[in-house]
Amino acid sequence: MTIKDAFGSKPRKKYVTLPVYAEDLQYGAVPPVKRCPRCGLRTREEELAQHWNVCPACGHHFPLAVERRLELVADAGSFEPFDETLRSVDVLGFPGYADKLAALWESGRSEAIVTGRATVGGEPVVLGVMDSEFMMGSMGSVVGEKVTRAFERALEARLPVIMITASGGARMQEGMVSLLQMAKTSAAVGRFSAAGLLYISVLTHPTTGGVTASFATLADIILAEPGALVLFAGPRVIEQTIQQKLPPEFQRAEACLQHGLVDAIVPRQELKAVLARLLALHRTGG
Amino acid sequence: MGYTRPLDFEKDYLELRERLDALKDMAREKALDLGDEIASLEAKVAALKEQRYRSLTAWQKVQIARHIERPTTRDFIDALCEDFVELHGDRCFGDDAAIVGGLARFEGRPVTVVGHLKGRDTAENLQRHFGMPHPEGYRKALRLMKQAEKFGRPVICFIDTPGAYPGTGAEERGQGWAISQSLMQMALLRVPTVSIVIGEGGSGGALALGVADRVLMLSYAVYSVISPEGCASILWKDSRRAEQMAESLKLTAADLLALGIIDEVVEEPLEGAHRAPQQTFAAVRERLRWHLHDLEGLEATRRVELRYQRLRRIGAFEE
Repeated sequence: MTIKDAFGSKPRKKYVTLPVYAEDLQYGAVPPVKRCPRCGLRTREEELAQHWNVCPACGHHFPLAVERRLELVADAGSFEPFDETLRSVDVLGFPGYADKLAALWESGRSEAIVTGRATVGGEPVVLGVMDSEFMMGSMGSVVGEKVTRAFERALEARLPVIMITASGGARMQEGMVSLLQMAKTSAAVGRFSAAGLLYISVLTHPTTGGVTASFATLADIILAEPGALVLFAGPRVIEQTIQQKLPPEFQRAEACLQHGLVDAIVPRQELKAVLARLLALHRTGG
Repeated sequence: MGYTRPLDFEKDYLELRERLDALKDMAREKALDLGDEIASLEAKVAALKEQRYRSLTAWQKVQIARHIERPTTRDFIDALCEDFVELHGDRCFGDDAAIVGGLARFEGRPVTVVGHLKGRDTAENLQRHFGMPHPEGYRKALRLMKQAEKFGRPVICFIDTPGAYPGTGAEERGQGWAISQSLMQMALLRVPTVSIVIGEGGSGGALALGVADRVLMLSYAVYSVISPEGCASILWKDSRRAEQMAESLKLTAADLLALGIIDEVVEEPLEGAHRAPQQTFAAVRERLRWHLHDLEGLEATRRVELRYQRLRRIGAFEE
């Protein structure tokens, strides 16, 4: 704290001075920056990435791409994907769905989840990471099938499962076929769990709808990232029901912790260490 | 037969029928012999009715499924079962009037019955939240199902809800957690289970009672991942296009049978369950009896395996 802070009446400046880097000058370009929606700090994307997309000032968690998420959690080079070739089909002939899928495939994304085998701190696991950028991480047949197969493979190999979730819910464009993926994945968790095996879920922003009401909340240990919104109904639907705006803290990870819905909130930088410790504590014969 | 609260598509033929009735009255009063004319008009009105109901759109079925006079879960329990004893509460927080459950006798055997319960009028609907359960409702349902498992009784679930209640208290008490537990535990139950969609099957809130060995559906019931209004509002930014969305969502019993989501359609009387409830109850009784008998012939482990395989087949993808 400096002496200046004691004189709080002065309006806070609304701009920041960006440091000038030699390499930027060379290209004559301003480096891309991201503004923190919580504290307003602008950070160079490159620097933000070094912090796993966590605001260095206030700890706000920005979304993290699937590839980086794998890098964060899995030991280097350990991830071996399952079922990469599974592709959604337009089962209902739903208006616009086939085109939307084609456009997403064109952009190089395949589906709203990746699953596979990996080691985390040396412990072998089956790992799933959802991609909120693929149709809002919605669960259709492919997500449901990949999650189900992940649990079935883990059961067969007697490995723990870690699911890192982010989803807008069931994929409306697949109608009831997508709704039933909730039942299918939950049944798969049920079998897996009945065999005495460990399942840890990590709820990231936002985890909602059919994913919250199925495999995401069936874990033995439910962790959440700071600030993650976790609920079942859409916030706008709730606002219509109660006829008022929801407070920003509603059903955020911190509120979920308070209501006894999650086991712990784990900041991104500590996630791997916490997972590794939990896995080690469940190691059989070790 | 009373035709209170007619739906839009019924209005023209109802009007025709009223005129026909007036004509008949007049003929009687004035002692006119209009027998042939009346018979021919009656045949035409009947044909119009038949044609209307045989070609219902998805949206018209949504309207029938939501009809306030449609038999509720409680009506089905009372008509199909004897000795019903309602059991209340989730043993944690409260009792949810949007779900009714308890013990009863069906065709001689004790069963556990559970279902969403809508009200018959606005006052009752307010008390029952229009059949939209809170987490305590799902926890009560699951408690009763686990009790059924302990005592080796089959479980019959009636599905009739717009969806789980979207409110702050429901979220804070873990709506998603309650539903997911119900899905997982129902998949593992060692007793025979049959679910039947009797009206509106609204999303995850309906599915929470729908992970059964057999899933039946009345012919005018609907079952959808999201309400047509909600889906049109989200995807098309226009809830007035719900009618069109109802077609796209493939939410009718016939569509869902073709998709393998349900196992059987139980035919309702032509004009719907609310116009001929006794006939509806009889049809449901017959199919429930058949399915329970069939399931009771299987060994528990086999039943649980078949239930898993049933879900395992649902999904559409390329590899």
